[in-house]
Amino acid sequence: MKKKTVFSYVTLLLVLTLVLAGCGNQNNNPANPNNSGNDGGSEGQEEARAFRLNLHSEPPSLDPALMEDNVSGTIATGIYEGLTRKDESGNTVEGMAESWEISEDGKTYTFKIRSDAKWSNGDPVTANDFEFAWKRALDPAIGSTYAYQFYYIAGAQDYNEGKTTNADAVGVKALDAQTLEVKLNSPTPYFLGLTSFYTYNPVHQSAKENAGWAADAATIIGNGPFKMGEWQHNTSIKLVPNENYYAKDQVKFTSVDFTMIADSATELANYETDQLDYTGKPTGEIPAEQIPVLAESKKDEFHQVGTASSYYYMFNMEKAPFNNVKVRKALAMAIDRQSIVEDITQAGELPAFGFVPPGIVGVKGDYRDEVKDDFFKEDVEEAKKLLAEGLEELGLSSFPEVKLTYNTNDSHKAIADAIVDMWKTNLGITVGTGNEEWAVFLENRTAMNYEIQRAGWGADYNDPMTYMDMFVTKGGQNNTGFASAEYDALIQKAYASSDQQERIDAMKEAEKILMDQLPILPIYYYSSVYMLKPGFENIYLDYKGDIEYTRGYYVAK
Amino acid sequence: MAEKMLTPDDFAKLSKEEKKTETVVRESISAWKDAWLRLKTNKMAMVSLAILVVIIIMAIIGPWISELMGQDYSTNHLKEKNTSPNGTYWFGTDNLGRDMFARTWMGTGISLQVGFYAALADLVIGVIMGGIMGYFGGRVDEILNRFCEVLYSIPSMLIIILLIVIMEPSMFTIVLALSITGWINMAWLVRGQIMQLKNQEYVMAAQALGASTPRILFRHLIPNAMGPIIVTLTLTVPSAIFAEAFLSFLGLGVQSPSASLGTMINDAIKAWTLYPWRMWFPAAIISLMMLCFNIFGDGLRDALDPKMKK
Amino acid sequence: MLKYVSKKFLSMLASLFVLASATFFLMKLIPGDPFLREKAIPEKIKESLYAMYGLDQPIWKQYLMYLNNLLHGDLGMSMKQQYMSVTRIIKDSFVYSAQIGVLAIIVSVAAGLILGIIAALNHRKLLDSLTIVVAVLGVSIPNFLAASALQYVFGLKLRLLDVSGLNDWTDYIMPVLALSFLPAAFIARLTRSTMLEVLSADYIKTARSKGLSGRIILVRHALRNAILPVVTYIGPMTANIITGSVVVEQIFGIGGIGKFFVQSITNRDYTLIMGLTLFYGIILMVARFLTDVAYGFVDPRIKLSRGKGAK
Repeated sequence: MKKKTVFSYVTLLLVLTLVLAGCGNQNNNPANPNNSGNDGGSEGQEEARAFRLNLHSEPPSLDPALMEDNVSGTIATGIYEGLTRKDESGNTVEGMAESWEISEDGKTYTFKIRSDAKWSNGDPVTANDFEFAWKRALDPAIGSTYAYQFYYIAGAQDYNEGKTTNADAVGVKALDAQTLEVKLNSPTPYFLGLTSFYTYNPVHQSAKENAGWAADAATIIGNGPFKMGEWQHNTSIKLVPNENYYAKDQVKFTSVDFTMIADSATELANYETDQLDYTGKPTGEIPAEQIPVLAESKKDEFHQVGTASSYYYMFNMEKAPFNNVKVRKALAMAIDRQSIVEDITQAGELPAFGFVPPGIVGVKGDYRDEVKDDFFKEDVEEAKKLLAEGLEELGLSSFPEVKLTYNTNDSHKAIADAIVDMWKTNLGITVGTGNEEWAVFLENRTAMNYEIQRAGWGADYNDPMTYMDMFVTKGGQNNTGFASAEYDALIQKAYASSDQQERIDAMKEAEKILMDQLPILPIYYYSSVYMLKPGFENIYLDYKGDIEYTRGYYVAK
Repeated sequence: MAEKMLTPDDFAKLSKEEKKTETVVRESISAWKDAWLRLKTNKMAMVSLAILVVIIIMAIIGPWISELMGQDYSTNHLKEKNTSPNGTYWFGTDNLGRDMFARTWMGTGISLQVGFYAALADLVIGVIMGGIMGYFGGRVDEILNRFCEVLYSIPSMLIIILLIVIMEPSMFTIVLALSITGWINMAWLVRGQIMQLKNQEYVMAAQALGASTPRILFRHLIPNAMGPIIVTLTLTVPSAIFAEAFLSFLGLGVQSPSASLGTMINDAIKAWTLYPWRMWFPAAIISLMMLCFNIFGDGLRDALDPKMKK
Repeated sequence: MLKYVSKKFLSMLASLFVLASATFFLMKLIPGDPFLREKAIPEKIKESLYAMYGLDQPIWKQYLMYLNNLLHGDLGMSMKQQYMSVTRIIKDSFVYSAQIGVLAIIVSVAAGLILGIIAALNHRKLLDSLTIVVAVLGVSIPNFLAASALQYVFGLKLRLLDVSGLNDWTDYIMPVLALSFLPAAFIARLTRSTMLEVLSADYIKTARSKGLSGRIILVRHALRNAILPVVTYIGPMTANIITGSVVVEQIFGIGGIGKFFVQSITNRDYTLIMGLTLFYGIILMVARFLTDVAYGFVDPRIKLSRGKGAK
């Protein structure tokens, strides 16, 4: 530790010299006056105050139909509310809908909208607003990238793809102002959970006249616990309590203030100087190398939760040597996942030997608890044998020249370097690495112009299907060349069934095939790390790592 | 003293050697020799030169030394990551436990090459373009100047991404990417200098003596603009070294696990308060290199400039 | 003069047209489009998005459409930030970058000239060596390092300044300094180098022997003749600094225009790329034009409108 300090001081001194030489200014202004320290309020007293957190970017859109990222989603959590919402333990509870009925065959949902539901401008929220919003998102002319989230609804896909221009054919209908009927293609057990997702939020009818209504604080109308107070584009957002919200007494924060800082070190510095109450995932980041230090030094503020996302590498199965399953298996077995999560990512990730991450619901509890991910093991000796056999089957005398590519990112780089080094040590093979600019990287993926590529996948909804249907033959996300009729049949079976046990069993079988064939090399299941100032309560991340803050409060210690 | 009549016998044809002494231009070899003699008396410049030579030698043999010590730039020692400098790891280790000594010298070698080629491109393209613009002026200047402005305004990221698509990452691609627009600042600077210098009496004299345009440009004008040119070169080198790190960001720079000083600093900056040596060694080498390069450049310029004679 | 200016203006328009065309085709040539996502957008949706933005048309048609809009002064809407016009993005963010940029230009030119003159007047003395060291560190320490070091020292450790944001005047100190290091150092080096040459020139010696005071010599003769390279450098430097620095803005959490130069390309936000390029092009060309005009003031012998001066 001593040595480190000396180094930093020399560095400091150097910088100081520069500063003093560059400018003779005296910067003796007192410490920042905006500091709203922890003064006032007696022991254990609930206290009204603002909650301050960071967004790593400007939300690209706050129009439910056009939102597609978690920064926008985080604001949406505050200013909108869907038919349902998620409570602290991730259960789906009543939101705008006070009750609902599901038909016997699981295909028709009837929602009752609560009568005291109001927009932030005082207008009542009706079933019509939902019908309007959903059909609007499906309208090809709106250009919603997330319209496919509605494809479970009867007729939705046809309308969105322009096969019919008749919006009435879509299975969502306001029977009256308070009743919304939704007809699905097939029984979809996770549909209810989907209705809390931001794409399913209602939209105020004023959007008809003003297409850009959601781009400005002045015109945006929401129905959530908060409403837009101030929006300085690319700088900050301030949400204030919505006095028209039906449960406004549950809302304790005087405001929710978002800064927009892209640099993780700056975000942390703001947290440390008490300009932020929250730092880290999902809308910010704690610099990876600081995590182990902070986990020690700020034990009370440091939090780590699993996030239903997987980190893996894809093999291009159309190119040698990865058209051979033994070669793929050898590479998957010859890395030390524990070391990767312990020494490199360091945020409490879990080594992955399957594809579906923990946190996803199975039959009763967690799918990953019900279906253990022991599909394969790390075993260097076995891997060596498999590699030799695989190469022989391919008629190769040595391992060909291949490259592992990833999109530019420090963590991806460290992981790639480490894995390549493990392959070199354990298997004696040399694999090149290279980073690619984001769009180039994605283009190469779709064109299957790669040998091994880094990938990650987060859940869209809480069901293993959000992972498993990716690898159906020629699926839009299946850029590995993996094709298995057996696998496809199992996915179809799970789609068609409304029996959860049957569905999970089918998906379990499918995952087994996937992990047998290994078109992908699982590395770890993500986790989220964040820090929260002491005293803040009821702020949590949901199963996929999205932050829920609307019912948070502060207790002075 | 009686007058002597001259006869043709008194004249002898000049030898080639002798003819040369009659030309307007000073003998360049002796000028360099002269400069070297003067440079030798400049202690600061000589010390700088010595340090530069040591750095270059280390860039060549450093990786080899670390190999003798049983280390190399790419092998991970995850359990010994972020070790501060010690007997085994003279410069400490990085986030994957790789030997910083080996990496630093390997990076120095790469960065030196990048800096050298970038400076060369700057010098060749920039000085010639600037010289032409400044000397000819008028329409030639207008067109070339506008060309420079357009090229300078095109987002270099677009050009770099295009290069990534059509070429494999290599030293050549890096230098190419850096050279496409890197010379423009130099060209403008030289242009300004030439515009000012071309009105001087000695240029008119040379013109009157019938000296050719390239000769006026390269023998008279550019040597007199050497001061700003050298200063600009000393900016080109560090900018190129850091621009290379930006190329890495786009996927065109040095490919991991190889490293350059620029990418090492980029990696280290995230944790420089925790593991300062990871930034300190590469940054110190860049700074030292630049310092020596500048002092030596100054000394060279002083030595080359006859007006500076004391 | 009016003829000169209008001629320059026309050639600037022509250059902007070339710039727009070159950038347009270059941008379409690189891989990717605004609708690339890790979670790939379903093909059909992508098709309707292409149709919405006219990206389904042949490139030459898209080009003509763009030029047509441009002629009507319409830079279009951003393809990433929904319902934000390119003009508005530029306007909103440029305010911050320009404020910091102008301050940084003033600081760096002033500091650079002063340091350069001090160094030149103390040639080969201690002060000279000191300024060399400072200036060389200035050019070899990249601004992201300077910025994070400043932030760490004054923001985090000493708590004298806010670590980020732009709420009161003290918040400008760090970003302005971080932006000024390199140009100040470079200007100091340039000034020193040319001053040394000028100071040893015959006319300065003459002026000295005529008994003119040191200060008059310095200002009227030496500096005036030495400043030309600095003037040249200030042109493109101005364009670069007032259009913001991605790194410095990111580190100090400033919503400036700098980040868009990178972000627009990463997002393949075509309309924004074009808008920013033209915006930058105009600033650069105006700055370069002013540089040329300034030459005439610095050295009246430089005639701008004439070709091949000496003949």
